[in-house]
Amino acid sequence: MSSINELANICSQVRRDIVRMVHAVNSGHPGGSLGCTEYFVALYFNIMKHRPQPFNMDGTGEDVFFLSNGHISPVFYSVLARSGYFDVKELATFRKLNSRLQGHPTTHEGLPGVRIASGSLGQGMSVAIGTALSKKLNNDSCTVYSLHGDGELQEGQIWEAAMYAAANKVDNLISTIDVNGQQIDGSTDNVLHMGDLKVKWHAFGWEVLACDGNNLEEIIATLKKAQTYKGKGKPIMILMQTAMGKGVDFMEGTHKWHGVAPNDEQLKQALSQLPETLRDY
Amino acid sequence: MPKFSFTEKKDTRSGFGAGLSELGKKNDQVVALCADLTGSLKMDVFQKEHPDRFFQIGIAEANMMGIAAGLTIGGKIPFTGTFANFSTGRVYDQIRQSIAYSGKNVKICASHAGLTLGEDGATHQILEDIGLMKMLPGMVVINPCDYNQTKAATIAIADYNGPVYLRFGRPAVPNFTDSNQKFEIGKAITLNEGKDVSIFATGHLVWKAIEAIDELEKQGISAELINIHTIKPLDETAVINSVKKTKCVVTAEEHQQNGGLGDSIAQLLSRHNPAPIEFVAVNDSFGESGTPDQLMVKYGLDSKDIVAKAIKAIARKNQ
Repeated sequence: MSSINELANICSQVRRDIVRMVHAVNSGHPGGSLGCTEYFVALYFNIMKHRPQPFNMDGTGEDVFFLSNGHISPVFYSVLARSGYFDVKELATFRKLNSRLQGHPTTHEGLPGVRIASGSLGQGMSVAIGTALSKKLNNDSCTVYSLHGDGELQEGQIWEAAMYAAANKVDNLISTIDVNGQQIDGSTDNVLHMGDLKVKWHAFGWEVLACDGNNLEEIIATLKKAQTYKGKGKPIMILMQTAMGKGVDFMEGTHKWHGVAPNDEQLKQALSQLPETLRDY
Repeated sequence: MPKFSFTEKKDTRSGFGAGLSELGKKNDQVVALCADLTGSLKMDVFQKEHPDRFFQIGIAEANMMGIAAGLTIGGKIPFTGTFANFSTGRVYDQIRQSIAYSGKNVKICASHAGLTLGEDGATHQILEDIGLMKMLPGMVVINPCDYNQTKAATIAIADYNGPVYLRFGRPAVPNFTDSNQKFEIGKAITLNEGKDVSIFATGHLVWKAIEAIDELEKQGISAELINIHTIKPLDETAVINSVKKTKCVVTAEEHQQNGGLGDSIAQLLSRHNPAPIEFVAVNDSFGESGTPDQLMVKYGLDSKDIVAKAIKAIARKNQ
């Protein structure tokens, strides 16, 4: 278990990785990646019981994570590399030809740590439920985690999955929604208002927790609290409030950096706000 | 003297149900999922025998495909069951991303394919599913011809590691293949050797083609009949060798002409062994309500259509 300070240092490095990766190929999604950095670092460096090497697709006897909003692949790749799934140098291949680090995550190129392709939204919760059921059949008491965007909740399949998980007591699943209130065309309230998410998930029969997803101590405490609800007959949902673009002042809180890469000057400005705590790849 | 005989008619979906039940007993990794069509898919036996390994998903096919993909992580071999329309078109993106691109070992089992679904009409009579599924990289596409073959195919695909689309149907059709057959994915079966024309048939059209070759023989035409139960991967050697001999072709399937078995064979022959080819398939049209027999006649999928196309193919060869 790393201390909060150590985890904060990892977050700073992961954010450097994210902006450098998207800058290098002038494409990718920095906004959601920066916003979910604390969640990923908490999960992979503190919460999950997982085995980076040798990577086991079946995830037997370990906690398993699914990224449903696959466009935030930069944060996923950085955290996978920094937690030992593959060499951090490989981050330099992000979105380039012949890379295992595709624009959206995939199992197709055999990147360790990825168990499903994602990118087309709304599919990851169903997959996570399937693996949670598989763990139950195998008497594997480990946990399945999944992350989804708030805009992603506009996909109907999410609600099919939500209904199924509650009706069938899939209580070894801890899902999280990145509630940053932003999507490509603007704020989620303006694009398609989703109403009261807490009330909705309650009504669908889930245990619902909420937290500030950019506060490391709070996200860790919330994930630990979520674990105490395991095995009690309900799937568990964390509504995690984040700021899109968190950690880089000019990117923070706006949908404009959802899928846009910084230019050379903007990269310099971003990196000046993010100390190099581990070594850059 | 007919070349093939049968003692009973049985539906291919019951072959699937019987195969799934047998699999459930011998392989405890096999799990089954259904979207509120357990009786129609004949999955009720498996459900009763293995309630812990049966998942009633409700009317939510997209969720079913995702759950099936997730179940493979941990070593399960999921068989999904619903109508062919809801097994493909409705969930194409889920299959594409979570199953095919992700390389997951899911068996997509689809009943009520094609016109022979009958009275429910065109909303349910999918005629595009073979095309949709064969376009997906790595997807195996199987369309067995009768009860025994569907049962054998169901059992065989559990031993193959990768995504499979298994297509079968609603009506009772002649059950004429061996009850103890070993099903080999991708291995075409020659039912009749002939020299004048090659008929490549799949699914329910195999029996129609058997009726056709009897009629052709009466007219002095020697037709070769090959059962293409696996549309992808196609048994290219069997197709090419047959056409080298006969030099003309008829394909027969309960599917759109665009994207079906005929397309696959025409593409293969155009590269290796160009020959006149005639298609017995639905020609760019939706179906409608009616009895299966009425529909097969109206849409040109009857044995007499195979006979007519065979005569036409031979005439083109001899031009």
